[in-house]
Parts: sequence; C-alpha cells; structure tokens
Amino acid sequence: MSDVTVRVQKIRRNTVKTRLIIFTILAALLVIGSLFSSHLTPYDPYLQDLSIAKAPPSAAHLFGTDRYGRDMLSRVIVGSRASIYSTLLLVGIITAIGTAVGVFCGWKGGKIDVILMRISDMFLAFPGLVFAMAVAGVLGGGLQNAIIALAAISWPKYARIARSQTLAQKETVWMKAAKLSGSSTGKIIFKHILPNIIGPILVTSMLDIGTMMMELAALSFLGLGAKPPIAEWGSMMSDTRSLLSTCPWITLSPGLAIFVSVMIFNLLGDTIRDYADPKTRGR
Amino acid sequence: MKKYVLHRFLQLIPVLIGITFLSFAMMRIAGSDAVTELYGDKTAVAQEIIDAKRAELGLDKPFLTQYVSWVGGMLRGDMGVSYVSGKNVFDTFISKLPATLLLTVLSIIMTVVISIPLGVLAAVRHDRFTDYFLRFFSFVGNSLPNFFVALLLMQLFAIRWKILPVIADGTSFQSAIMPTLTLAIAMSAKYMRQVRATVLEELNKEYVVGAKARGIRSRCVLWKSVLKSSMLTIITLLALSIGNLLGGTAIIESIFMWDGVGKLAVDAITMRDYPLIQAYVVWMAIIYVLVNLITDLLYHWLDPRIRLGVSEK
Repeated sequence: MSDVTVRVQKIRRNTVKTRLIIFTILAALLVIGSLFSSHLTPYDPYLQDLSIAKAPPSAAHLFGTDRYGRDMLSRVIVGSRASIYSTLLLVGIITAIGTAVGVFCGWKGGKIDVILMRISDMFLAFPGLVFAMAVAGVLGGGLQNAIIALAAISWPKYARIARSQTLAQKETVWMKAAKLSGSSTGKIIFKHILPNIIGPILVTSMLDIGTMMMELAALSFLGLGAKPPIAEWGSMMSDTRSLLSTCPWITLSPGLAIFVSVMIFNLLGDTIRDYADPKTRGR
Repeated sequence: MKKYVLHRFLQLIPVLIGITFLSFAMMRIAGSDAVTELYGDKTAVAQEIIDAKRAELGLDKPFLTQYVSWVGGMLRGDMGVSYVSGKNVFDTFISKLPATLLLTVLSIIMTVVISIPLGVLAAVRHDRFTDYFLRFFSFVGNSLPNFFVALLLMQLFAIRWKILPVIADGTSFQSAIMPTLTLAIAMSAKYMRQVRATVLEELNKEYVVGAKARGIRSRCVLWKSVLKSSMLTIITLLALSIGNLLGGTAIIESIFMWDGVGKLAVDAITMRDYPLIQAYVVWMAIIYVLVNLITDLLYHWLDPRIRLGVSEK
C-alpha cells in the first residue's frame, strides 16, 4: 500500500468520525428534546386564540397557527414525543424479539429452528405495509396497536440476521473452547455469542429507525395509529388535510418535522454503518 | 433449470398455505364474524336465531374446517360478501385491480426513466460533484414520507399553480400524474442508490481496467460491457421493489382518490369491513409472492451462466 492510499484512508476515517459525532449529537438532541418537549414550546400548544386563527408563518409564529389559533411550532414540538418515542420503542421491540428468536434458532437448530424460520418466511411473504395496515385495522387503531402491527411484520429480518450470525459464531474456535471448558448455555450465549453478533444487528436497527418512523406516521395518517388527543405528526397531518388548500402550513409543518427527524436518523444510521464497515463507504 | 423451476413452485405451496392461514386467523383474532356484524349489538335478537344463522354459515364448525372451506371458497372466487355494501368481495376486488396495476406500471416506468440514467451517471462520476449532488437528492428522497410528498405535490400543482386536478376523476392520464410522481420519487431515491452501487461494483472489476488498458474507449466499455452485465442485478432489484410499491399505493390512492384496491382497502379498514380487508391482504400477498418468484426465475433465465448450465450447479 502506497503512502497516498494510507493518507486518503486516514482522512476518510477522520471525516467519518466527525460525521458520527455530529449526527450523534443531533439525534441525541432530538431524543432528549422530545422527552422535555412540553417545556420547550414557545407558546402553550393548547392555548386557543381565535383572533389569530389560521395565521400564516411569521416571526412570532414560525409555522403559523392552526384553525383555533394555536401555535403550530409548539404543537409540532409537543408531537415529537409520541412520534420519536413510539418509533424508538418499536425498533427496540423488533430488535429484541428478532435477536432472541434468531439466537435461539441458531443455537438450538433442529425442528424448532425449521418451524420458526418457516414462520418468519411467512411474515416476509407479505408486502410490509399491506399487512401492517390490516393488523392495525383489525386491532382497531391506536398507537399501541400500530406498534404491534409493525413489530409483527418487522422482526423476521432481525431473526434472520441473528440466526446466521449465531451459526457463524458456533463454528469459531473460542466457542468450542468455551464449550469444552464447561460453560453453561446461558453464559455462552450472553458472554460469547451476543457481544459478537450485536454489532451488525444494531447497525441494522439504526438504519431502520427512519423507515419505521415513516411507516408509523403513515399508519397514523391513515387513522390507524395515534388518535387525538395524542399529538402525533402523522395524525396531525391527516386531521388537518382539509385545510391544505387554504392554510397549507398547518398540514405541512408536521410533515416537515417527520422529514427532518427521519433525515437525522438516516444520516446517523448511514454513518454508523460506514464506521462499522469501511467497505461500504461511499456506496 | 427445469428442476429448479419445479423446486421453486413446490416451495411456493407452504408459503401460500401460510399466507392464507395467517390472513384467516387474523380476522378470527379480531373476534368478528358475519353474524356479529349482521346483528350488531342489537340485544333484541334471540340467541336461537344467532345460533341458527351461525350453523347456516358454518361458523359453529371447528377452526380448521372453517379455514379449509374458506380456502375452497377463495379458489372458486367466493370470499363472502362485504359487510357494508353487501356485494361479492372478490368481484369488487377484481373490478378495482386494473386501476392499481395501471398506477404500479406507470410508477415503475417513471422510476426506471428517472433512476437508471441518474444512477449510472452518479457511478461514472464517482466521488465528484455530480455524484455528491445526486446522492444528496437520493438521500432527501429516502427521508420523505410519501404521504408528505403527495400533499406537497397536491399543494403546489393542484392548489397553487392549478395545473392538475386535485382528485382523480376516474383514471385519466392527467389525474395519474401526481400519484405516479409521488410513488416514483420515493422509489427512484432508493433505486438510484442501488443502480449506482451495482454499476460502481462492475466498473471496479478488473476486465474494465483491462479493456481500458487495451485502448478501448471508456464510453464503449460502459455501454457494451458494464451496463450489460449490471442490468441483471438492476432488473432483479427493480422487480423486488414492487412489493414496497404494492403497500405504498394504498396510502397514495386514498389521498388522490384513485379508485384502486388500495383505496378500497383503506376504506374497508375504516369501516371494519373484514371480508374485504381479508381479500385485499391475501391477494396482495399472493401477487407479491408470485412477482418475486417470476423475478427469481427471470434472473436465472437471464443469467447465461445458469441458463446454459455452465456453472457447477
């Protein structure tokens, strides 16, 4: 390897690190900010003032006001809590379930492995949102049911990754050593397998946050997710759809918030993937 | 190859059983059947009448028997009647399918027209301004929820500039533009990245360097070798993305009032019209599985190494 390549690689590595720091901070701000969202609003998001109803964006009200004169920016900020936390919860659930099933299948093998993997194939055979819509519809809407619906179709991907990683781990020398030295199954799984396979799984879940956020918002938009009075971006958009022609800012500002948050999480996910796996850089 | 085709078709059977079973079980979990829907909460109806109706519709039989008869009905095009309109569910579904297929085909064509040239361009101009510019756009497109894009387009084209109709009046060409564009934007953003990655990988292969060293013009290498061999992957990826499109059409159809199965399903979900939801889920899943199967077979057929049996298999 020539000096030039080494130098180029070094620079690349540094920019990835810088990007990682920047996007981690942005994402952290978003997550922490949404936790304290009710204290961060410039106005009371529920305060109605009909004298300024449907006011277009101005310096005082950056996103304008809605039909009751409530400040849209404040409403969007308050909505961040339901949108962001339900997404993180959803990603957490599918990562945990998928990993548990995958590790179990990979470790046990045999009939139970075949059965569980066939079941996961079955779920993968459905086009994603179609199934989620139906499940959410059957369960009768609500944020909790939307999370269940999306979790039901999203875990198999993680199970597949975890299973193949576990199978690879089982063949390693240290695994054989651990088995020979009489470690218990629990110890092997938690001390040897999980720490070694969690990397790729976490990268996948980081990359999924953006998609999940959009799908959750889409379900809410269809009326199958969060319902008023819970302020959630997707449902806020669908509630105010009739106002699109007269005051577009009311409908579009929650959409802008979804876009910006998804973008931040996608950027973070991509950067983490680049950081973890230099091969994919620039792809 | 013949053996492979047969193998794939055999593999299809358990998947189809799984799909139908899951769809059937889901509606059962919902705890609703035709009789409860029919009589609603009207307590005035005597239990005997309810039981008689149940027996008539076969709802008192064991779960598996009901499942088998349901699948049997499905194969004959009899999936029950809608709770809301009272019409045959299968006929309703089939009558709305062409509109959705039209929208799907139009979006795929638009996606191909947008993303393949741009993806190739980004790969050729790797790590230069054009590449960064296109990647940025693909990134933005990937982060935009499609219902947001739909409302944005609606606001701009229909309300502000008044070029296009706000809602689809039938399935005319003009009313197809916005839904097609919405679906194509999201798909192109994703697909352009894949095209770029595929072409880039091919460009980095040694035969390209070899060809260039022999003095063949880069344009010639690109068009005659690189694109030809990338096409295989590109076509496969496109066909696989049809599944996402099928789910995505529902929300777009209901925003633009496009009269297809997606809108039908969204309406059915709002009205809790279970037979219709069931029909939608089952048939969409079957279409999806079949498209994936055809893609896979096409991939094998297009690949000369496999078609001519040169490879070890």
